[in-house]
Amino acid sequence: MLSHIPQKLLANPDIALSGDIIGNCVHCGVCLSHCPTYTVIHNENDSPRGRIFLIKDMYETGGAPDAKTVEHLDRCLTCLACEAICPSGVEYSKLIGHAREYVEANYKRSPWQRTIRSTLEMLLPRPELFRLSLYAGKLGRPFRGLFSGTIRAMLDMVPKNPLPGKGKINRPGVYAAKGQRKKRVALLTGCVQNTLDPAINDATVRLLNRHGVDVVVARGAGCCGAPAEHMGDEDKALPYVKANINAWLREADSPEGLDAIVINASGCGTSVKAYGHALRNDPAWAAKAARVSALAKDITEFMTDIGLSKPVIETGQRVVYHSACSMQHGQRITVQPKALLKDAGFEVLDVPEGYLCCGSAGTYNLLQPEIANQLKDRKLKNLKSVHAQIAASGNIGCITQLADEAGIPFVHTVELLDWATGGPVPPSIKGNVS
Amino acid sequence: MTMQMPPADPAIIARREQLAAGLRAIVGQEWVVSEESERAPYQCDGITAYMAMPLLVVLPASADEIRRVLLFCKENGVKIVPRGSGTSLSGGALPVLDGIILGTARLCNIVEVDPLERIARVQPGARNITVSEAASPHGLCYMPDPSSQIISTIGGNVAENAGGVHCLKYGVTANHILGLEAVLMNGDILRLGGDYLGAAEGGLDLIGVLTGSEGLLAVITEITVRLVPKPEMARVLSMSFSSVDAACHCVGAIIGSGIIPAGLEFMDRKVLDAVAPLIQETFDSNTAALLICELDGSKAEVDALVQAVTAIANKEGAIEVRASNSDAERERIWRSRKLAFAAIGKLCRDYYCTDGTIPRNRLPDVLAKMAEFSKKYGLNYANCFHAGDGNLHPIIMYDSRIPGDLEKAEEFGADVLRTCVDVGGVLSGEHGIGVEKRDLMPHQFSAIDLEQQQTLRCAFDPTELLNPGKMFPTPCRCAEFGRMHVHNGQLRFPDVPRF
Repeated sequence: MLSHIPQKLLANPDIALSGDIIGNCVHCGVCLSHCPTYTVIHNENDSPRGRIFLIKDMYETGGAPDAKTVEHLDRCLTCLACEAICPSGVEYSKLIGHAREYVEANYKRSPWQRTIRSTLEMLLPRPELFRLSLYAGKLGRPFRGLFSGTIRAMLDMVPKNPLPGKGKINRPGVYAAKGQRKKRVALLTGCVQNTLDPAINDATVRLLNRHGVDVVVARGAGCCGAPAEHMGDEDKALPYVKANINAWLREADSPEGLDAIVINASGCGTSVKAYGHALRNDPAWAAKAARVSALAKDITEFMTDIGLSKPVIETGQRVVYHSACSMQHGQRITVQPKALLKDAGFEVLDVPEGYLCCGSAGTYNLLQPEIANQLKDRKLKNLKSVHAQIAASGNIGCITQLADEAGIPFVHTVELLDWATGGPVPPSIKGNVS
Repeated sequence: MTMQMPPADPAIIARREQLAAGLRAIVGQEWVVSEESERAPYQCDGITAYMAMPLLVVLPASADEIRRVLLFCKENGVKIVPRGSGTSLSGGALPVLDGIILGTARLCNIVEVDPLERIARVQPGARNITVSEAASPHGLCYMPDPSSQIISTIGGNVAENAGGVHCLKYGVTANHILGLEAVLMNGDILRLGGDYLGAAEGGLDLIGVLTGSEGLLAVITEITVRLVPKPEMARVLSMSFSSVDAACHCVGAIIGSGIIPAGLEFMDRKVLDAVAPLIQETFDSNTAALLICELDGSKAEVDALVQAVTAIANKEGAIEVRASNSDAERERIWRSRKLAFAAIGKLCRDYYCTDGTIPRNRLPDVLAKMAEFSKKYGLNYANCFHAGDGNLHPIIMYDSRIPGDLEKAEEFGADVLRTCVDVGGVLSGEHGIGVEKRDLMPHQFSAIDLEQQQTLRCAFDPTELLNPGKMFPTPCRCAEFGRMHVHNGQLRFPDVPRF
């Protein structure tokens, strides 16, 4: 599509790149078919093709975008189903990412919206604060009926069950391989995940150690930066990004080196794999960031490379695999998780309309609860339709969004792989599945 | 690029907010889009070269809402441009400045699948592929499969009489419609045919009139389509030739032998070179053109046909013939065809694809002509089309940033289309006339033909408010002249007394 972005704006390399990406779009409309917001709202403005048009107009007009444009860009889940299906290779993720940065720099949000967004940016990356806020949330949960919008969504998200204790993998260090060491990897322990479900990191480390892999939790590594980045706040995201790069490269450059940076939350994985793009224009960081992105692997990619050992227990349960958007669209990892589950002896089922987002999408379920809930209900209906015994996914966001109402235990893929190859029964399955 | 459209009425545009309020009372507050920034994404459909800002965008949720919207528009003299998913490649859903876009996206349900009658009743905004998905558990499918089937709507498919790869054997949309419900401009609801094969027999073929009417006659609100059993199996042959001519002759030889393949597609060398890196495959350096031939049916039937077509191809001088031996292999061969247009998109900044259809035996002549036009206009082109039914899709490459390039591409396309008509073909195989081929209509049809078509249009919509400026190069002015034949502004037989 032809755009007429003024020269002044094109001086910004991100906007110049956006102009090129818009030029690749031929307006064929194929992206509408897999867009979750278009599927539930049916308005072109809430589709990728519509948003590309809005972004084009926003740059062509220059200055502050209008409220409607911001509303429709905000409604995008960044699930990237559109990018995965686009026949012309339009890099929508970059387009929407830079558009969000432009919106945050040029649009004045209401004081209420600003408060909510900065609170989330502050809480999510800090496990201790996040944990405290969950306790506060538990106190507030009985009164959630009094609230609407984001506050209600936050209270709804607070787990009904008692918060799990801190997991084993909560400080920097090396978790040594069992038997002969074959590989050495760094693990991104994540911020939200380690608070909400520490069993996932515990299972990941056990699984890797059992397969002869040293696991390093690098000192100084923390949140991947996605929460701030999703809200278009690059300035707040970059300090996290740089801290991680430094921490991991220190390990990679140590005498023992690193074979991979393993990530077990696909949302974080998508972010780390994009570090190279985020810092491409910063001469001091571009090469380092690209190196980290090249080392990043989802746990299922890494396990596929090294091969899963034979299951040691009788499995065979019917497992419905929910592919997170950041997994299937963001990282294009579609076959590996299912193949590993099959190798581990499980019967693997797909979710109908599997390409549609569950509505979690990082902080989306908190910022856009109405659309998120419609998508959640649709996902749950599809998930239940295959009558599985266990649900599995590779992303904590989806698990939090769906677990309470799935009607069956909802676990991380690695918990099943760990269980099948000699680990303990995952806590949420204990007593629930025969 | 501005396309000449009927003059916009400034008085209507001035009443935008008032009209929006009236329409909101019918469809609800949020389903009338009036902010300029939100109307902008509706400015074009699948052709971005033509754009116009719609007056308003209205998204009704039921046939009754559509009926009330049409009545409101009639009362207020507001034009209506119906739109499904906005994928038209002829500008069928190009807005007019003083008219609303009437979007059917919210009417997207499959109302009923009846496996015994082998029919499905669907709303107009249902995506083509969702019909086959709903029919699949019964071993049935909806055959017409335009390349856009993942997103284009059945309503839009009916309006454009869409084709697709499989229409060579199974027929176009018109061959699969058993019943239609549509709303006329006067608010009447028209029900044609019904929910079983043969329901439309006996009367005038009005379903045939509405199918392919490009939104000029009525707004379709429900469709009953025919479902057919999914073919038991299919195999694909990939046949390469050292010349375009040899490939064209092979097309004629296959059809001439009495075989009707499920699909028969042509790709030239430029397309193959563009596709090769995407599918990680190389093509013999002597290959100038490739035919892809799909054969479906029972196993015995398909195996026999594969042998027969292979023999024909060899006789016609094929360099290489490969047959798929598994579904995975079949998918791989098809991938090259399915990725062709996207791959070309990577070769050039913009391309313009048109849609003429010719008798198969004239393929070599018309393809040779295209090479001449390419020299004349200094624009590159590639060919990838439905060879079996002679439906050409020349891809003309240009750069929209170069002033005048688009106009040259359009002229190139127009020359190709005129050539198609001159050799006994037609302007459109499946994309429709819309605005894109509108001004070429007099090349295919005589003034009398066009007048008759306009008269038919007026019988359905005397207000001429439905999709104005599409299909016909001139307005029919039937309202002014009381539905009488007007030619060059003159009544025919003006001296004959009238009632």
